[in-house]
Amino acid sequence: MARVTVNVDSAPTFKKKKWIKDGWWALLFIGPTLLGLFTFYIGPAIASFALSFTHWDGLTSPTFAGLENVIALFTSPVFMRSLLNTLVFMLVAVPASLAFATLIAVLLNQRIRGMIFYRALYFLPVVTMPIAVGMVWKWLYNTEFGLFNYLLGAVGLPQPEWLFNPSIALLSVIAVYVWMTIGNNVILILAGLQSVDPGYYEAAEIDGASKVRQFFSITLPLITPTLFFVIVTAMISSLQVFDLLFVMIGDTTALVGPLRTIVYGVYESGFMFSQMGYASAQAFILFLLILGITILQFVGQKKWVHYDG
Amino acid sequence: MKKAWIHLLLIVGAIVMIIPFFWMISTSFKSYLESMQIPPTIFPEQLRLENYVSVFESANFLTYYANTIFVTVVRTAAQLFLCSMAAYAFARLEFPFKNTLFIFILSVLMVPIQVILIPNYALLSQFGWIDTFYALIIPGIFSAFGVFLLRQFFMGIPKELDEAAIIDGCSKWGVYWRVILPNAKPALVALGIFTVLASWNDFMWPLVMTNSADMRVLSVGIANFEGQYTTEYPLLMAAALMSTIPMLLMFLFLQKHLIAGIALGGVRR
Repeated sequence: MARVTVNVDSAPTFKKKKWIKDGWWALLFIGPTLLGLFTFYIGPAIASFALSFTHWDGLTSPTFAGLENVIALFTSPVFMRSLLNTLVFMLVAVPASLAFATLIAVLLNQRIRGMIFYRALYFLPVVTMPIAVGMVWKWLYNTEFGLFNYLLGAVGLPQPEWLFNPSIALLSVIAVYVWMTIGNNVILILAGLQSVDPGYYEAAEIDGASKVRQFFSITLPLITPTLFFVIVTAMISSLQVFDLLFVMIGDTTALVGPLRTIVYGVYESGFMFSQMGYASAQAFILFLLILGITILQFVGQKKWVHYDG
Repeated sequence: MKKAWIHLLLIVGAIVMIIPFFWMISTSFKSYLESMQIPPTIFPEQLRLENYVSVFESANFLTYYANTIFVTVVRTAAQLFLCSMAAYAFARLEFPFKNTLFIFILSVLMVPIQVILIPNYALLSQFGWIDTFYALIIPGIFSAFGVFLLRQFFMGIPKELDEAAIIDGCSKWGVYWRVILPNAKPALVALGIFTVLASWNDFMWPLVMTNSADMRVLSVGIANFEGQYTTEYPLLMAAALMSTIPMLLMFLFLQKHLIAGIALGGVRR
């Protein structure tokens, strides 16, 4: 998504006959997609909003509940904790993934041997099934037989209870998420870096600017549109992590508290406890959160994103 | 000298990226006892294939594979077809409410799947589709992301090609089928790869929309497997590896297209 170009070039002088003819063709081409998107996306999104104001077990018909669900949510320590977990997840995972990805992308942007090889390695986790990723890391994190604690013990370092210590459990999962998403961000940032005109660096070399100085004064400002895009999409997807959490929690109820996010709450309320209205309210709060964060970023971008090089 | 530093940093990073894969493969060949050994063996004592055999014996892995492949192939083919049709209309045709409809498509991009999950569950049970392939496939063939991605690409194909075809007597359909599609192969391949990946790795949707073992897909199958054999890591690792191998192979073969596609499209759905 380089740039959203909504087309407003429809000429004012088009002939009415052609307009109608094209209209039928358009219906043929777009009709199926529109129908599908309405049925399975927009309609349900509206329904979800309506369901937020009901009590519903999924079997009998819903009963109107007014704001009861929302009030119940915001007075529930369980929900407040999941809201907090969701925000912590985003606020730690996105900057971490972005910082590492930028560093790696800058290194990969130098003319070096084995570029394709490195690129493939860093991208490998992105194509791996998140469920499989979760299972492997759970095994690596295993307190007794896991590789990590063995390696740490071998060099005399403390061996944390990665997932079972409630104060670091979420961070442990975030680390996995960062590992899993870095490759995607590397590729995006790399694409941005490669569009920077090399002439800028030549000029800076002549002026005697150091590599670090060049990075902060040239590279960083010029790739802000890419970074902006990466941040927006990374934040949105970090708010929706489910499969990874699902595996990490597994059947260990002790882990639900420290790891539950809003998305997990939607699944739990809706499909484990059959409280569809309550679950819908949570889903809708998530939607508002995503919407709010996205709008904030679009407003805030004026302060730091440079669109003309 | 400077290059050496770059390589050093990249190699350290690469090791971090590769360790989990190494450990997954190594564990998958170990016996249960060997996996519980302290200190752990870095390489398995011998290459045992038993775990792979056990996975197939203890779960309907072949069914899961078949379901996943079927769902992925149909979804991808249908999505490429429908998205490219809609994208063609947005890129080339003039019709009422064009901009409004396009903004509508963009707004669909913002709706997270969790929001639509519950109403869709209700809708699909009205249709009698719960626990059938219809539920796994049909909602997944419509994609706002796909329309957007292809439309951006189609706009870059020279209009002169269309005009030449129309002079030669092509209809709108003919232009779409004979001019646009053949010229948009890179974008179609990219969207195809995204769709295959998204469909193969999809978890929450099939988890909620199906319940019988016959309808299970791989992602749900191995998550379920995990519940049954929580401590049998060699088995779990074999299962995890097998479920993901087709995607790893696809990546290795289509790496170039995938990376070009990401530069082109930006997001994974």
